[in-house]
Amino acid sequence: MNKLKSIFTYGILSIAAIVSLFPFAWMLISMTNKSSDISQGRLLPGSNLLENLRNLFESYNVGSALFNSFFIAIVATVLCLVVSSLAGYGFEIYRSKGKDIVFNILLLSMMIPFAALMVPLFRLFGDVSQVFPAFGIDTLYAVILPYVSTAFFIFFFRQNTKMFTKDLIEAGRIDGLSEIGIFFRIYMPSMKNTFAAAGIISFMNNWNNFLWPLVILQSPDVQTIPLLISNLGSGYSPDFGIIYTAIVIGTIPTALIFFFLQKYFVEGMTGSVKG
Amino acid sequence: MNLRKSKSIIGWVFILIATIFITLFYFYPMIQAFILSFKSGMGANLQFIGLDNYIRLFNDPVALIAIRNTFIYLIFQVPIMILLAMFFSVLLNNPKLKFKGFFRTAIFLPSVISLVAYSVIFKYLFSTDGLVNQFLLNLSFISEPIEWLMDPFWAKVLIIIAITWRWTGYNMIFYLAGLQNVDNSVYEAAKIDGANPIQQFFYITVPMLKPIILFTGITSTIGTLQLFDEPMNITKGGPGNETLTISQYIYNLSFEYTPDFGYAAAVSFIIVVLTVIFAVIQFRLGGERK
Repeated sequence: MNKLKSIFTYGILSIAAIVSLFPFAWMLISMTNKSSDISQGRLLPGSNLLENLRNLFESYNVGSALFNSFFIAIVATVLCLVVSSLAGYGFEIYRSKGKDIVFNILLLSMMIPFAALMVPLFRLFGDVSQVFPAFGIDTLYAVILPYVSTAFFIFFFRQNTKMFTKDLIEAGRIDGLSEIGIFFRIYMPSMKNTFAAAGIISFMNNWNNFLWPLVILQSPDVQTIPLLISNLGSGYSPDFGIIYTAIVIGTIPTALIFFFLQKYFVEGMTGSVKG
Repeated sequence: MNLRKSKSIIGWVFILIATIFITLFYFYPMIQAFILSFKSGMGANLQFIGLDNYIRLFNDPVALIAIRNTFIYLIFQVPIMILLAMFFSVLLNNPKLKFKGFFRTAIFLPSVISLVAYSVIFKYLFSTDGLVNQFLLNLSFISEPIEWLMDPFWAKVLIIIAITWRWTGYNMIFYLAGLQNVDNSVYEAAKIDGANPIQQFFYITVPMLKPIILFTGITSTIGTLQLFDEPMNITKGGPGNETLTISQYIYNLSFEYTPDFGYAAAVSFIIVVLTVIFAVIQFRLGGERK
């Protein structure tokens, strides 16, 4: 009976693991193969990796797509961490009736689906283009700005601030620190885990974002990695070697973050549920 | 008194930037969308047409197909994924299990890849002469290749398979976290009372995980209502409009066809209304447990 149960458990989990891992193995193997071998379903690594890399970098502007994606993800994450942590801290530490009302109103924005925002946002940035072209349509800043402040991260920081030792604030005041000084010198260093968790989630979301960049970015030199992959995938005579190489390159940053910062990753995910 | 007052003002300064940004990029566009939904025309040349966009919506066969498709994904995909996530987490929670870390990481790994990247991979794996058909043919499960991308039924199945692959491990993490709070002695007591594993699952595990089932259920539902990346990159909404989602239709109306921002805004309010309904359910039920 018990033996049967463990065969069942290991059997199911092994199948689940194989199904989960197969597409990753497939993209890594295909990255090293010729397009014709890939379409035959070749499951062994080949020797075409350098050729694929060269074709990809010669025919498409991958360098600039990588730069754009990193720029968007890093700038958006840094701004988002500062703005939302300030707000989460402000709502919790300087709590008042008025601020609680504002907080609840801000939370309502979580219910607004992006599909409803894309048209008016596109028009808004159209207007911005008239006055400040540097922040308007077809710029990386237009991709970043709507993600600088989101209710999710404000909520996340407020929840985590509840666990921050309030005595430290008093100690800071006695030491003569200003209120903003307390935030930067005491709160930030003691909440490293929270910042790491939020930073990872924000980076991943921005790195992988597709719909908003698709709407707001038009010219080739502001393309991001997901836009590039999507374009490659919708071509009529695809070179599979090039496509899988691009996919692997686009997945490396998030995969590295996952493997090295797994602890914060899970903390960030589950930390938003409690409370 | 003066000190308290200045503290309160400093507090407002802390929340100021975030509040301005959310107002500017969420609330203001939302109001604009609402106003826009009563207008028609192109570019800056918009005129008030009253409720015409909403009347058109209920007579637009494509909009109705997109709504139907979105609900098909919702009704089948969300329960399948949640049951799988719960099932895997229960198997992984077995204290005697070996290679637990490997299994957990492997099942979670799909959450790391971008939606566009995995969609493109799935599109090729499931093409007519793709690897999945080769595999099924070799094992004689099927006698001729399945037209995953061309057949209205199988294309929907493919979208459901794809989303389930991407999100099951993600949801599983929440269940694993929830199971850590379940005291093992409850199961010991149940065993003594003669409850078999299936009874234990339905009478102990499921009730204990109810808040997490609710959380994952609602977030997945809201996510599915906004589904875009997968149908866009796997099937382009085709064949015909058989895999088209509401989000994709809004995108097409605004940026693929002759732009009709007013009508697109009206269509987007279907998602707004549905999202609000599900979010209210979550807040209501979530409030109950406290």
